[in-house]
Amino acid sequence: MLMKPLTLLSPTAILGYGFPDSSFERGLSFGPDVIAVDAGSTDPGPYYLGSGTPFVPRASVKRDLTYLLRAARTLRVPLLIGSAGGSGAKPHLEWCREIICEVAKEEGLSFRMAVIPADVPQLYLREALWDQRVKPLGPVSELTEADISDSTYLVAQMGMEPLIKALDGGADVILAGRCYDPAVFAAYPVWKGYPAGLALHLGKILECAAIAALPGSGSDCMVGFLEEDRFMVEPANMERQATVASVAAHTLYEKSNPYLLPGPGGSLDLYATKFEQVTERRVAVQGSSFRPAPYTVKVEGTKKVGYRVITIAGARDPRFIEHLDEIIEGVKERTAGNFNWEKGKFRLMFHTYGRNGVMGDQEPHLGMGHEVGIVIEALAKTQELAEAVLGFARSTMLHYGFSGRLATAGNLAFPYSPSDFKVGEAYVFSVHHLLPLKEPDEIFPVTFEEVRS
Amino acid sequence: MKPLVELASVIRTKNAGPYELTIDIIFKDSKTYERVKRENSLNAALIAGLYGVAEDDILTAIYFDPACAFKATMKRQMPCGNFGERDIYGAQQHAPLLDLLVQWGDKDAADS
Repeated sequence: MLMKPLTLLSPTAILGYGFPDSSFERGLSFGPDVIAVDAGSTDPGPYYLGSGTPFVPRASVKRDLTYLLRAARTLRVPLLIGSAGGSGAKPHLEWCREIICEVAKEEGLSFRMAVIPADVPQLYLREALWDQRVKPLGPVSELTEADISDSTYLVAQMGMEPLIKALDGGADVILAGRCYDPAVFAAYPVWKGYPAGLALHLGKILECAAIAALPGSGSDCMVGFLEEDRFMVEPANMERQATVASVAAHTLYEKSNPYLLPGPGGSLDLYATKFEQVTERRVAVQGSSFRPAPYTVKVEGTKKVGYRVITIAGARDPRFIEHLDEIIEGVKERTAGNFNWEKGKFRLMFHTYGRNGVMGDQEPHLGMGHEVGIVIEALAKTQELAEAVLGFARSTMLHYGFSGRLATAGNLAFPYSPSDFKVGEAYVFSVHHLLPLKEPDEIFPVTFEEVRS
Repeated sequence: MKPLVELASVIRTKNAGPYELTIDIIFKDSKTYERVKRENSLNAALIAGLYGVAEDDILTAIYFDPACAFKATMKRQMPCGNFGERDIYGAQQHAPLLDLLVQWGDKDAADS
């Protein structure tokens, strides 16, 4: 059977990262059959999932959504959005849903929208744990009941199947919670009958948009062309190219093993993949296949560990810099002594930029420059204690006496008043595990709503 | 021996999920890549030594022909964002590789 070639538009690497008007228009000139965008990542760390807040500003997401909704409704093609709000839990999904409804009102757009939450009920995960069905993903400890109950939000990465169900239900716009990045791109082609291997590999490349181009950019459009036995990618911006090197290199990006990329329901197998330069700006890819496996999804959770307060200071005195290690040890000891009745409820850390601030013990060059940047960080069970510990450590370091000291007025240069910054709640990853499902859409209920202008 | 920076067009690190850090080294051309691969100049033991970690913490070390690349993935020093974190994205952990001299075979004198 001859398949109708499909054109896919990926406007930007993360919803809200933006794209030039000219690129978007050129992308649209190819007549895309579907527009899809990934909105999420765990890269920015545990805070955003734990606190239920997005990591891209609202105005930026609204800007992108205005362009995308207008274009999708004009062309009458589906728009798929994955990992809404960055982390894709309930508050992130609702946040993004509200923006979409606001844009629809302002732009006079009406459409049928499918909303697919990705939250995992605590009890559901606990039962799976009791049945010993939950497995660590990578170098992670076995899951415990405490990890589950301590997590503020638990989400699972959905695969293509719930999205396909939404397409079946006639959705014009699909807003998904936490989602396997390539799935928002692969769902439409697979729904149209394309094999999962090519569609998912195309999705892997499109999910980061023009990052796979040369020069790379996280805020520019990429166009995908899917054919019977190959796909091609080309950046919409004429100033960028897709090259075999840039596209193949992207296949490595953020992955553990580039030949076998596991996801919901199986792995993408790239052992037989061939990349070919077809025009100066376009690369063709063929040979990628999908190896089905028992259906598992990745579950993510983060838990609150306390409150963080930091201060930023510089040091310019060569004698202070020379004694820095012993001064830091001294400040730690004094702080521990001063708060000894709160032992175990706080931690103190010094980041020394200009020395080993980025690599810590793994830093190969331990030379000292003429100045050092210092970030002091206190993490404590309560906000009050974090502020007290940080304040004490800061003033102790400022006035710390050491042998050979000439500048007795103060050891630190603070750029700001106030000197101390309340970073807020601190979170850590608590769940990063694989959960088998009986049905791919078992925990991803699809609901439809008619959005009216 | 050859400086890695003279052979590669990309030397980078990045998180591969919150628990792993991955190194990508993409070589300038296939000839250079093939020679490094033939010499096995880059391997798990070398990466472990460079980063001062146990070889068991190097989870994969693999040559990837389609991109003329070597890739090694290691256990992160701590899960991303835990207390003590220095690099949330893991994007600035490549510095030790910039100083690296790699095995370039015994034909050094003739070829270089």
